[in-house]
Amino acid sequence: MPLLEAHALFRSFGSTRALADFSFSIEPGEIVALMGANGAGKSTFVKIISGVLAADSGRVTFKDRNFAPATPAEASAAGVVTVHQSTDLVGIPGLTVGDALLLNRFVDRNQPFFVSRGRIRREAQAMLREAGFDLPVDRDFADLSAAERQLVAIARGLANKAELLILDEPTASLSATESRRLYATLLDLKKRGIAILYISHRTADLEALADRVAVLRGGRLVESFARPVNFDRAIETMIGRPLASARPDARTATGEPVFELSGAQLLPGSDPFDLAVHRGEVVAITGVLGAGKSRLLSAIFGNGSLADGEMRLDGKPYAPLSPRAAVDAGVAMAGEDRHRSSLMPAGWPGEAITATISLPHLHRWYPTGLITPRREREKAEAAIRRLGIRASGPNASVWTLSGGNQQKVVLARWEAEPGKLLLLDEPFQGVDVGARHDIITAIRSRDDRATLIATSDPEEAYEVADRVLTMDHHSLLQSRRDGDALPVRSREHAR
Amino acid sequence: MTAQDNTPAAETTARTSDGIRDILRSGAVFILLAALMIGFTLAQPAFISINNLMSILQAVSVVAILGAGVTVTLAVGGFDLSIGAVAASSVMAASYFMIVWGLGAAATVVLVLALGAAIGLLNALLIVRLKVPDLLATLAMMFLLTGLQLIPTAGRSISPGLILPDGSTATGKYDPLFLTIGRSSLGGIVPLPVILMAIVAIALYVLTERTRIGRLLFATGGNELATRLAGGPTDRLKTLAYVISGTLASLGGIVVAARVGRGDVSSGGSLLMDAVAASLIGFAVLGLRRPNVFGTLVGAVFVGVLLNGLTMLNAPYYTQDFVKGAVLVGALALTYGIARKA
Repeated sequence: MPLLEAHALFRSFGSTRALADFSFSIEPGEIVALMGANGAGKSTFVKIISGVLAADSGRVTFKDRNFAPATPAEASAAGVVTVHQSTDLVGIPGLTVGDALLLNRFVDRNQPFFVSRGRIRREAQAMLREAGFDLPVDRDFADLSAAERQLVAIARGLANKAELLILDEPTASLSATESRRLYATLLDLKKRGIAILYISHRTADLEALADRVAVLRGGRLVESFARPVNFDRAIETMIGRPLASARPDARTATGEPVFELSGAQLLPGSDPFDLAVHRGEVVAITGVLGAGKSRLLSAIFGNGSLADGEMRLDGKPYAPLSPRAAVDAGVAMAGEDRHRSSLMPAGWPGEAITATISLPHLHRWYPTGLITPRREREKAEAAIRRLGIRASGPNASVWTLSGGNQQKVVLARWEAEPGKLLLLDEPFQGVDVGARHDIITAIRSRDDRATLIATSDPEEAYEVADRVLTMDHHSLLQSRRDGDALPVRSREHAR
Repeated sequence: MTAQDNTPAAETTARTSDGIRDILRSGAVFILLAALMIGFTLAQPAFISINNLMSILQAVSVVAILGAGVTVTLAVGGFDLSIGAVAASSVMAASYFMIVWGLGAAATVVLVLALGAAIGLLNALLIVRLKVPDLLATLAMMFLLTGLQLIPTAGRSISPGLILPDGSTATGKYDPLFLTIGRSSLGGIVPLPVILMAIVAIALYVLTERTRIGRLLFATGGNELATRLAGGPTDRLKTLAYVISGTLASLGGIVVAARVGRGDVSSGGSLLMDAVAASLIGFAVLGLRRPNVFGTLVGAVFVGVLLNGLTMLNAPYYTQDFVKGAVLVGALALTYGIARKA
C-alpha cells in the first residue's frame, strides 16, 4: 500500500505548465530519487506535497487520506518533512547550532517554558547523535559553512518524526565522507520504515541509495528505473538527448605557466606546496570539506592571504590586497554558493541578467559613469546565445532562472572580459546534468586563459579538468590523473 | 531601473487581471494623490491655486532634500538617523558663522556644507572602519550633535545681538544674500528652495538610477559580499553614501536657516521623522519596494498635500503627526502586504 500517492496533478505558472498529468507513488521504507532537468517539475511537485503550493487540479493521498497541506507546518505535522537546498534560513546568525536544532521545540507549547543552556546542549547533541553528524553545538550559526548548515537542516528534519522525508539536493555541498555518513543515516531510516524522496543530480548518491529512480520531463513522469539503475539511460531520458562522452581528452599543458604558487602555506604550520597553472589548462582541486580549497582560491583572489609563499602571475610577482586588485590584474573568481557570493536579492536593482554580468566591468564599460542599457544588453544577449541560457530575455531577473542557468550567468560575468586566470569554487552546486554539460563545454572551450576549479566531487573534477589535484589538511597532494585511486583520507571531524 | 527593464517581459506573460493589479500596485500613490487633490479642490477651490501649490512644495522642500539623502543610505543597506540633528546643527552653525563670526553668505554656505560632509565622513568612519552597526552609529551621532549645537551659545538661540557665554555681544547679522536662499522665488512664482529640491532630486535620481556609481551603491546594499567579490569598493561606496546624506542634511539646514533668519535651538525637530517617512512612503511609489529617489520626492509631496489640504479644511495642527503616521502605515502596508507579488 503506497504511503503517498499523487493522481494526475496539474499546475501552471502563467503560460508555463510546471506539472501536467503527473502521477506518482511511494511506499513506506522506499527511497525514490526524483531526477529531472531544471524546469521538469520536481520542485513544483515537492512544493505541493510540502504545503508551499496548491495544485490546480489532481489529488494527493497520504496514508489513504486526502492530503492537501495549506502550510509547510501542516505538512510536517502530518509527517511530511522537507529539507530544502538553501539552508540560510535553517538557523539564526547570532544564535548557536544547538538553538538552530531546537528552534521548533521553542515554539512547542508542551515544552517547558524555561530553557537552560545545558539542556539545549544535551538535547541538541542527542539529535546530532541520532542523525550521525558531528557538529559543534555551541558554534554561532553564522560561522557554519553551507555544508554544515545542510547537516543541521537534515538533523532537524529527522527529529521531526518524519514518515516521508524529502531531501532536496542534500549532498550538493557535502564532501564525500560526509555524504557517505549521510547515506548510512538514510539507509537506517529506510529500515525504520521511513519513505525518502530524494532529489539529486549526483549519480553517486542515487547509486548508493535509490530503490527507484523516477525521471521527470515536461511536468510528467516519463519513466521509472528500478535497481540496478542504468544511469546513462536515466540521464538520457532526463535531458532528452544522447549523452556525449563524459570525460573529455586531457590536454597537456605547454609553455610558461600563467599562474605559479611556490612554497605556499595556507595556515601557519601546514605543509608547503607548489602549484602551476598554464594557459588553456583546466585544473581541478578536489578534497573534503574544510581541506582548504576555498581558502586557497580566496587567497589567490585577494580575499584573504597566504600564511607564507609567493604567487606569480605571468611571471611577475602577484600579491593582491583585495578582490579589486585581483580583478584588475586579470584574475576572476566565481565563489562558492552563488546566491551569497554573486547574486543580488530578488526585487533589488541589479537582479537582471544584464546587471549581474556587468557588475565587475562597469568602470570599463561605462567610463563616463552614465549607464546606457545597450552595451550590457548586447553582452548579455551574447552570453545567452553562447552558453544556451534559458531566460525570457537579457533583462530577466536571475531569480526566474534555474540553478544551472544562474550558474551560467555567473560564468558569463567573468567571461565577458578577457582574463588570465579564472577561479571557480564549487561551480556545479545545484546544477542539473544538462546545464553542467554546457558549463563544462564552455569552460573547456577557452584556451586564452587558465582555469582553476575547486570541487568536493571527484567525479565532477575528472569530468571538467585536464589535471586533478587533491587537497588535504590545507596542502596539495600530487595526484595521478588515472582512475579512482583518489587519496581521500577520512577525517574524524568535519571542519 | 530594474522595474522598468522588467516591464516588457512582465507584460508578455501577465494576463489582464495581473495587468490591472500591476497598474494598481505601481500607481496606487499617484491615484490617491490625484484623488486627494480633487477632493481638496472641491472642498476649497483655493487649494489648487499656483500660490498654494508652490507653498506646499516649499513646505516639503527641506524634507525632500533630507529624504533623498536617507534614500542613498538605504540603498547601501544602511540608515542615517543623524540627518535631523545634522540639519539642526547646520541651522545653528550658519547662524553662528554669520552673527558671531560675521561671515558672508558664500563662506557660510561652503562651511556649513563642509560641516555636513564631515559629519557624514565621521558616521562612515564609525560604520565602515569601526564596524558599529549603522543604526547605532548614527543614533549616537544624532545624540552627540543635538547636544553639541547648544554648547557654543550656552544653550541660547542665535539672533543678532546675541550675548555670548563670555559676556560680550555678537556684532554680526544675517547676510541678506543668505536670506534670499530661503525667501526669494524665481519670477515671483517658484520659490528658490523648490528649485534646490528639484536640482537635488534630479541629480540624485540620475546618480542612483542611471550611473555605475548608483548601480554599485545598490549592489552594496543588496549583497555586500557579492559586490566586494566583483571588485566593488564597498567601503568607499558606503562612505560616499553617508557623506552625501550628511551634505544634503546640511543643505536642508541652510534652507531652514535662510527661511527663519535665526538660529533656533528647537529647529528641525520633526525633520528626521518626516524625511524617513518620505523615503519609506517612496517604497510604495511605482511598486518598487525599495529605496528610490523619485519615490521619496513623491512621498514628501504626498504628505505635504495632505497636511496643506487638511489645514485648509481647518483640521487642528496637533493632528498633523497622526496624519503623517497614518500615511506611513498605509504606504508600508501597501508596499509589503497588499501589493506583494503573488
